[in-house]
Amino acid sequence: MIRVFVPGDAAALSVGAEAVAAAIAAEAAARGIAVTFVRTGSRGLFWLEPLVEVDRPGGRVGYGPVTAAEVRSLFDAGFLDGGAHARALGRVEDIPYLARQQRVTFARCGIVDPASLADYEAHGGLKGLRAALAMDPAAIVAAVTESGLRGRGGAGFPTGIKWRTVLEAAGPRKYIVCNADEGDSGTYADRMLLEGDPFLLVEGMAIAGLAVGAGKGFVYIRSEYPHAFRRMQAAIETARAAGLLGPDILGSGRAFEMEARLGAGAYICGEETSLLESLEGRRGQIRFKPPLPAISGLFGRPTVINNLITLATVPAILADGAAAYRDVGTGRSRGTMPIQLAGNVRHGGLVERAFGLTLGEIVEEFGGGTATGRPVRAVQVGGPLGAYWPTDLFDVPFEYEAFAARGGMIGHGGIVVFDDTVDLARQARFAFQFCAIESCGKCTPCRIGAVRGAETMDKIIAGQDRDANLTLVRDLCEVMRDGSLCALGGLTPMPVVSALDHFPEDFDRPAQACAAD
Amino acid sequence: MAGPAAASSSDTFDAAVVIEIAEGLRGLDGPLLPILHAVNDRLGHVDQRAVPLIADILNLSRAEVHGVVGFYHDFRRAPAGRHRVQVCRAEACQAMGGEALASRLEQVFGVPFGQTTVDGRVTLEAVYCLGNCALSPAAMIDGEPVGRATVARIVEGVAR
Ligand SMILES: Cc1cc2nc3c(=O)[nH]c(=O)nc-3n(C[C@H](O)[C@H](O)[C@H](O)COP(=O)(O)O)c2cc1C
Ligand code: SF4
Ligand code: FES
Repeated sequence: MIRVFVPGDAAALSVGAEAVAAAIAAEAAARGIAVTFVRTGSRGLFWLEPLVEVDRPGGRVGYGPVTAAEVRSLFDAGFLDGGAHARALGRVEDIPYLARQQRVTFARCGIVDPASLADYEAHGGLKGLRAALAMDPAAIVAAVTESGLRGRGGAGFPTGIKWRTVLEAAGPRKYIVCNADEGDSGTYADRMLLEGDPFLLVEGMAIAGLAVGAGKGFVYIRSEYPHAFRRMQAAIETARAAGLLGPDILGSGRAFEMEARLGAGAYICGEETSLLESLEGRRGQIRFKPPLPAISGLFGRPTVINNLITLATVPAILADGAAAYRDVGTGRSRGTMPIQLAGNVRHGGLVERAFGLTLGEIVEEFGGGTATGRPVRAVQVGGPLGAYWPTDLFDVPFEYEAFAARGGMIGHGGIVVFDDTVDLARQARFAFQFCAIESCGKCTPCRIGAVRGAETMDKIIAGQDRDANLTLVRDLCEVMRDGSLCALGGLTPMPVVSALDHFPEDFDRPAQACAAD
Repeated sequence: MAGPAAASSSDTFDAAVVIEIAEGLRGLDGPLLPILHAVNDRLGHVDQRAVPLIADILNLSRAEVHGVVGFYHDFRRAPAGRHRVQVCRAEACQAMGGEALASRLEQVFGVPFGQTTVDGRVTLEAVYCLGNCALSPAAMIDGEPVGRATVARIVEGVAR
């Protein structure tokens, strides 16, 4: 029987993958051809979605983007035998965008059946967990430390150090919490893995549990990702039924349990202490630190809280050795980073590569410039709290320190591309507005400052006392940066100030009515 | 979350359902959010009258429960329309004309974001990122994602 792969990933579904799968099934039935469907995650080449793949002796061949209306012509062209067609892409692995990547964390995403634990194992899954089961906790922590892995959620804190703190913290009960809140605009790597390779997260969390002596883990998934949430819940049940979770992980006598929890639409719950409050059933307000969550986290217990990509990268480190991971990358940014290209970009998608490509290589060589065909004018890297950069900075290598040195951050790895129609004054206004909408309300510089910032930007856009108001915005940014309790208020100045510094001409345009909201 | 929410015309409050949900989930670690989600899904919103019932069962003060309901964007205090249209208004979608799409949708449906059409058919909601930023502008209709969204595709989506 011929195997046909059609993504069930939410992004693929958003452009018609379900209708394509149905059309293939109907056409196959009408022609009396037996096909087996595998509903994969996405490979992350989104401009090609829905990307249909067919098993061939030399490897899978792809067709995309396919519409339901084109399915009949695909059959006529003999696509089940790899036939030529206007949508034919050849071997998927040879598509340059994919061939030039170094997929470690995303090695299986878009390839395996995310509902099948057997498929996961057949593609190298569970090797890391088996290795961890043969090690003592300190050795697991040492391996993660040696790999150089830093948290992929934004701050880039060394994961091994965090784990060691929890391992050494006293207490009979400890927790692992996976931060899958992924609120940054331009990011979707967490969602792709949840939908395309959920057992990888189960494996990573179980390893984290073994490493620090935690018996229970929670995955906190944002409610904007209903498909991902359902997929993860199903994966947890399957894993439990297979003895991968529960009182006796893979027959080792060690225990680990897991639960998926849904957020409720609050960006601030991506911040770790706010997330813990939310999991406990309270308003997602920031906690003062110290104590660190590693000492007193969920329900007051020592807690590892890591981003999803961080935890999902650990199995590969244990399976292939810390050195293999550490040996790629640049400077203090070791290993690979799932970079997400989004916005006005021709080839939007996920690019996993060792740190060190320049920003320009990513946007131009992978992204292929803008979707509108106009010149790229600005990119925002690192989500709504990240800097807006002009193309002058395209030579900066994609890594933590190089970005920080130029007043930016890589955050969760999202790059949003804008063409030359963008108005950076409006984007700066939006940064304040976003902060005002999402502020947890605990401290004044953030709660009040963001509202004042948006108002002042309105005046600047309207051409009112420009110089005085620009001075006011910069002052306000200083107060927010220095006086906010967490990075929502503290980093909102980053998009604002970068826009002011790199695109001053946008703050000096003829007055216009403000249509931003 | 997925599936049409309850019609706005009827009173969907049902104390027995709230109690059943809260009793069923109280054993979880940190049960309040799962309970509120379940009430919101089953009854279309978290009615003011549900607050004391949940507070009692969890041994919390009404103010605490009330404060949580009010903090999160997902929990609605009033019934929603039959279709929930979420439109992303974050940066990647802005870069692809998301704001123009958003204001045209306000015109088409005749309500600003955050409100329900008078016929109770559509509730228009702003969201900040749906994780579909590479196929922006993005929307979600009754939990089903719409990529490269246009007014026509959204109108078609709620006509079904
Ligand atoms: C406002 C705000 C939002 C955040 N959102 C996220 C998020 O969505 N996902 C995430 O993993 N980390 C987020 N973080 C960072 C977390 O606080 C924390 O550093 C991270 O989860 C730690 O995991 P890591 O060490 O694996 O990166 C956010 C931080 C702030 C201040
Ligand atoms: S900076 Fe804003 S979000 Fe952070 S604690 Fe203060 S008020 Fe809350
Ligand atoms: S910014 Fe709109 S879906 Fe991410």
